[in-house]
Parts: sequence; C-alpha cells; structure tokens
Amino acid sequence: MIDKTVRTAAAAVSDVPDGATIMIGGFGTAGMPSALIDALIDQGARDLTIVNNNAGNGEIGLAALLRSKRVRKIICSFPRQTDSHVFDALFRAGEVELELVPQGNLAERIRAAGAGIGGFFTPTGYGTLLAAGKETRFIDGRNCVLEHPIHADFALIKAERGDRWGNLVYRKTARNFGPVMASAAKCSIVEVREIVPLGTLDPEAIVTPGIFVQRVVAVAGAGKPARPQAEA
Amino acid sequence: MTEAAMLRYTREQMAARVARDIPEGAYVNLGIGLPTMVANFLPAEREIVLHSENGLLGMGPAPMPGFEDPDLINAGKQPVTLLPGGAYFHHADSFAMMRGGHLDICVLGAFQVSTGGDLANWHTGAPDAIPAVGGAMDLAIGAKNVYVMMDHLTKSGESKIVARCTCPVTGLACVDRIYTDLAVIDVAPGGLRVIEIVDGLSFGELQRMTGVPLGRPSPAAHRPRNPATKNS
Repeated sequence: MIDKTVRTAAAAVSDVPDGATIMIGGFGTAGMPSALIDALIDQGARDLTIVNNNAGNGEIGLAALLRSKRVRKIICSFPRQTDSHVFDALFRAGEVELELVPQGNLAERIRAAGAGIGGFFTPTGYGTLLAAGKETRFIDGRNCVLEHPIHADFALIKAERGDRWGNLVYRKTARNFGPVMASAAKCSIVEVREIVPLGTLDPEAIVTPGIFVQRVVAVAGAGKPARPQAEA
Repeated sequence: MTEAAMLRYTREQMAARVARDIPEGAYVNLGIGLPTMVANFLPAEREIVLHSENGLLGMGPAPMPGFEDPDLINAGKQPVTLLPGGAYFHHADSFAMMRGGHLDICVLGAFQVSTGGDLANWHTGAPDAIPAVGGAMDLAIGAKNVYVMMDHLTKSGESKIVARCTCPVTGLACVDRIYTDLAVIDVAPGGLRVIEIVDGLSFGELQRMTGVPLGRPSPAAHRPRNPATKNS
C-alpha cells in the first residue's frame, strides 16, 4: 500500500542534510509552510540554499530560518519588503548570498526543472543587469535570454488537503509556487490542513497529482489563514 | 507661464485618466503602488478582468474590514476579493499569461522612461540598495500594451522622460504610453507624441520641462479638459 503520510513535521524533514537546496512555497506568508520550516529549524541542517519568492517576513517562517544562520544562499525575486529586516541585516553583513531572479523566470525555471527541460529562451530580462553575461538569441522577432532550470533536493509546500497518495488541492492564492515546486524537487514534503481518505478529492479538481509528492503531513492550523500581514 | 496656473493632475485624476483608456473586455494587470488606484476608477458598466501575478484573474476590491483572508492577496500582498467568474492558478501559469502575450494591458509605475520606450522601474541604482525585482521585468515585456503612470518630474524638477535611462532598465523598448501629472504621451515609432496636456500648460512649456523632443498633439486629439492649450 502506498502511504506517503508522515506523522509529524519533524519526521518529515528529519533527513535533510547540510548543504541541501530547498524550495519553500509561498508568496509572502500566503502558502508559507510554517510548520515544516519550524521543524527544519529544530532539525538543524545548515549551509542551505533556499528558493522562495521572497526572503522572509517579520520574525516567523523563512525569516526565522534565516535568523538561525542556516542559509548560505537565497534564490528569490523580491527580498526587500517592509518587514524583511532579518534578511536585510544578513545581506548587508555579507552573511547570505543572493541570486535575484525575475519572478516569472523563477517560476518557469522551477517548472522547467520539474518538466525535464534543459533550459529555455525568454524575453524577460533581456538587456538588463539580471541578464548580464547570459547567452542571448533572436527568436521570432524578439531578443531572448537563456535561462536554466532550478532543481532542488527538497520542496516544502503548504496545501489545503491531501491524501495518502500525495494528491493535493490548495487554497486560493496560497497555491502560488506549490505545484511547480512539487514537481522540481527530488523529495517534496507537503503540510496540509487535512489528510482525507483516498478517493475523496475530486479527480477533476486535483491540482498536484501525487506523483510529484513524496511526503504529506497534517498540521493543525495549516491551510487555515495565517495572521494578516503587512503590506510589502 | 507659472506652475500656479497649471492644473497638475492629482493621483486620483491620473488614475481616472488611465481607467478611461481601458476598454470593455480587457485583461489587465495593475502594478503595485500608484497603478493599483486605477481599479477604483474603472467604469462599472465595463467588464474588465484584473490579473494579479501571484495567481488570480477576476480580482475584486478590498474586503470589508473583518473579512480579510490571508490566503487571498494581491501582488502587493494586500487582502483582496475574487469576483464571480474569477480563477486561481499557479505561478508558472500566471506568468505564461504575461509572457505569452495574453494580457491586454499592464499599468506600471516608473523611475524613468526613455524616448525609445525603455523602462526603468525596479532599481534606483543606488549602490547600497538591496535589489528586488518581483514581476516587473516579466510585466514590462509581457503585456500587449504597457502603460506607465508616473510624475512627470522628479522631486528636484528633472524630467523622468529621458533620452537614455540612467537607472538600471527593466525592459527595452517596451512602453507604449506614458501618463503623467502633466500630460499623456504615446511612445510611437517616430518618437514621443503628446496626446493631451493638462489645463493651463502650453505645449512649449511641456517641451521645455521635458527636455527630450516631443511631437505636438494633433489638432483633432481628444482633449476635453484642455481648451486653453488648443492653439499653443
């Protein structure tokens, strides 16, 4: 019997090694897998490369992971926010490396990894600092930049409901990077508000099929609205 | 001509002016900041679908106090609502809507726009600034029509419409139209062409303040608020 459910967040992240590349879902705090991040902080892996749209908000979740000095490098599109003081201080002190990626390129590079694409040419960023040194080509009347896939060892994702096969549905805009990250990591770990019996999720409405998911853990409060967040 | 005599557009008037140009049936992305205000002025009789790059189409207004849902936010991470017919999707699909040329219009803020339509809006270039790009580069090259909304002059009185951007660019030759507090200006193949000027400001004065060559508005141009400049 296939059973991808894991009893606790701690057990779900117990084998993350030092030096791992970890995708973390979420746009700001919408879709941020806070229970899995907290478990990762307790687990102690360090020298991590983190892939996320942002670089942490306030003191919780990704910001807390950064503050614990476990992150060597972050790949993201929008680190600077009104409440990104933890990242800002580490960056200014030279204690964390930043690879800045346009948001759509970030999503597509992750998607490419999950889809087995070796790279793609995109007009986004052509002629800008973020394309400096990259190969370019003129295609269909537009100048394009070669972008490479982003693979990860692990993805930490938050969804609304899942089953023991790892099928997932999300909640509203908390979906954001979840589906593409699930496909791009060797081991995708999902915290859900509720694990439901196999066959309960409408097959027409499953957003992430279980083939992309390795572990599912039910977390009290996951999927429920987090606290309101500051504008950024 | 003194500045006191000219009726500089307020932020609300700029937003209302942009809204007037958004047609029935358009799919539109409104950037963070000033462009977000355009939503408040869209005519109720037009069906216009707002896109937010974090993963929704059919974005509605801010919820009533007490009805905020942290899983339902816009690209500025502010709570929003979903209109009937709206949809949620993941990030790669959301940016495919942009990059794939499916969005009709995006409205963006800017630090500078060049006479050739280059856009600078993601980075001031200040050496100590923490860079953040988000979806700006994807939007700049993605929508069929890219409209910029910005003050005409910097706080120190320099034109933000320039021969060449001195701030790092977001995209090359991507801007179609510029809405400022002084004028509406098209970026045309032959150069910039003024469409409208605010009341009390002559074309000659606008030209002097702008610094780069401007094409005169055509006599037939629709300038309902601006009879005083008809013969200037």
